[in-house]
Amino acid sequence: MASIPLDDTVSERTTWASSVRVWVASMRAWIFFFALVIGFEVWARMEYHTTFLLNPFNASSIAVFAVGPLLLALGQTFVVISGGIDLSVGFTMGFAAVVFSKILNATTGAVWDPLAFLLAAAVALLASAIPGLINGLLIAKLRIPPFIGTLGMYGVARGTAYLLAGGTTVPISNPLVSFIGNGSLFSVPITVLVTVVITGAMMFLLSQSRFGQHVYAIGGSRQASLRAGINVARNTVALYVLSALTAGIGGILYTARFTAGAAQAGEPLLLDSIAAVVIGGASLFGGSGTITGTVIGALIIAIIQYGLVFVNVEPFWQFVAVGIVIIISVLVDQTQKQLSGGRSDE
Amino acid sequence: MSEQPVLRVQSVSKRFGGVHALENVSLELNPGEVLALAGDNGAGKSTLIKIISGVHQPDEGQIFYDGAEVNFENPHKAREQGIETIYQDLALADNLDVGANVFLGREPLKRMFGLPVLDRKRMRNEAAEALRVLDIRINRFDLPLRSLSGGQRQAVAIGRAIHWKAKVLIMDEPTAALGVPEQRKVIALIKSLKQSGVGVIFISHNLVDIFAVSDRIVVLRRGQKVGETATQATNSDEIVRWMVGG
Repeated sequence: MASIPLDDTVSERTTWASSVRVWVASMRAWIFFFALVIGFEVWARMEYHTTFLLNPFNASSIAVFAVGPLLLALGQTFVVISGGIDLSVGFTMGFAAVVFSKILNATTGAVWDPLAFLLAAAVALLASAIPGLINGLLIAKLRIPPFIGTLGMYGVARGTAYLLAGGTTVPISNPLVSFIGNGSLFSVPITVLVTVVITGAMMFLLSQSRFGQHVYAIGGSRQASLRAGINVARNTVALYVLSALTAGIGGILYTARFTAGAAQAGEPLLLDSIAAVVIGGASLFGGSGTITGTVIGALIIAIIQYGLVFVNVEPFWQFVAVGIVIIISVLVDQTQKQLSGGRSDE
Repeated sequence: MSEQPVLRVQSVSKRFGGVHALENVSLELNPGEVLALAGDNGAGKSTLIKIISGVHQPDEGQIFYDGAEVNFENPHKAREQGIETIYQDLALADNLDVGANVFLGREPLKRMFGLPVLDRKRMRNEAAEALRVLDIRINRFDLPLRSLSGGQRQAVAIGRAIHWKAKVLIMDEPTAALGVPEQRKVIALIKSLKQSGVGVIFISHNLVDIFAVSDRIVVLRRGQKVGETATQATNSDEIVRWMVGG
C-alpha cells in the first residue's frame, strides 16, 4: 500500500504557528493575573512601604471577595463552553438566598440548628434548580436563543425573589449558619473552603467526565454532536440546571455571610461571572474554556476590586478596570480565532 | 471478492408531499467496491443515501444489509451496525483533538479513585492506530482539529468510520471543499479503503473523480435510476448524457 503523505511540511508550519497562538490566547488570564499582582505589589511598596499579597489578611479578603463571582462563573463556564450564556444566574442566586432565609427562619428553633440548615439548603438548591430547568427546556426543546431565554428568566427570577422576600431583605439568626458565613477553619474562611471543594468537583466534571466532553463537543459543533449520537437536548438541560445550582450555592453562602437573604444578592455578580469566564479564556463563540481559567478570571476581578481599595483609589475605577480587561480578553480571543481560520460549521 | 453484496437496495421509493424524490430505485454494493452515485442536483442522490443511512425511511421497498432486511429508525442505528456516512461538512468538532473526534459520542471510560473518567490515552492511541492502518500521517494528536488541513480532517472522518468497523461507507462529495492536491489524497484514501474490504458509496459531481476511483457507476435522474454500468465500460460523455437525459 502506498503511503499517503498529507501535506506534512505545510501542516507542520501551521500547527507550530497555531499552537503558539493557542498558547498565548490560553495564557492570557495568567498574564493578566501576574501583571496585576506585581503591579499592586509594586504600588503598595512604593506608595505605602507595605506588602500587598504577602499579607495573609489581604489574601484571605481577596479569596472571600472572589467566592460570589466564582460560584456563578463555575456554572457559567459550562454554559459558555456549550455556546450559550446564562443571564439569569444573578437573580437565581437571589431567589435561592430568599428561599434559604425563609425556610431557615421557619425551621430554626423548631429543630436542631444543623438540621434546619440542611433542610433550608436542600430546599434552596431544589428551588434554584427550577429556573435552570426552565432555561434548559426553553433552549434545548423550543430552540429559544440562550440570550433571550435566560433574559426572560432574569426577570421572572428577579420578580419572584422580591415577591417572596416582600420587597425587603430577610434577616436570619442561626448561629451555625453565621459561623459558616464568617468563621474559619485552620484560618481559611469556610465560604472559601466550600468554594474550593465545589470548584474541584466542577473541574473534575468538565475535564474528566463524558458530560464535560460533550459540553465541549456541543459548543464546537452542534451538528457533529447530533450526528455522533450525543443527546444534545438532555446535555443542554443539564448544564443550565448546573449553572442554576452553582448560583443557588452562591445564594446560600451569601445569606450565611451577611446573615440575611436578599433578592438582589447576585445582581452585581452576573456581569462579574461572565467577565470571569471570558477573562479566564473561554470563547463566547463556544467550544473552549476551562475551570482553572475561570478561577483565575474570578481572582483577577477580586484583585482589581480589593487592590484598588487597598491603594486608595476611588472604588469606581474598578468598573473601568474590569471593563478594560474584558474587552482585551475578547479581542485576544477574536484575533486568535481569525488567525486560525475560524470555524467551518454553521 | 464475489460473495454476496454487503448492501442491497431493492425497489425503494420515497415521496415528500406530492414529490416523488425516489421511484423504484435498486442497487447493490459489494465489499471492497466503490460505487459512484452520479446525478444532477435534485436527482435523488441525497434522498437515497439518507434512506440507506437511516435519516429517512423508505415509503416502499426494502434494504438488505449483510444479507438481512434492515429498517433503521435513525442514523445512530445504522452507524451501530456499520453503515457510516461522511458528510460534506465532515461533522467533526473542530475544537477537539483527533482522539476525541474519533470517539465522539462513544468515549471510553476508565476508573480513577472509583469514579468514571475519560480514557484519553486510549482514545489517542486507538485513533493513531486507525489512521496508521489507513497510512495517514498526522504529527500532533493533541491539537484541535481546526489546526489540521482539509485533507487531514477528511482523513480523521474516514479514520473514525474505520475504527468503528464500518462495512459500508457513504461519502457525500468528499472532495468538494478541497484543493486539487488534497482531492488526490482523498482519492488515494478511498482506494486504500477499498483494499481493506469496505464498500464505499461515493457521491460526486466531479466526473474526473468518479472515473479515477469507482468500479461501478449508478446514474439517477429525477428520482429514477436511468443507468448503471461498470466504470471501465463507459466514458464521461455517456454518463453526462444519462445525467441530463439527452
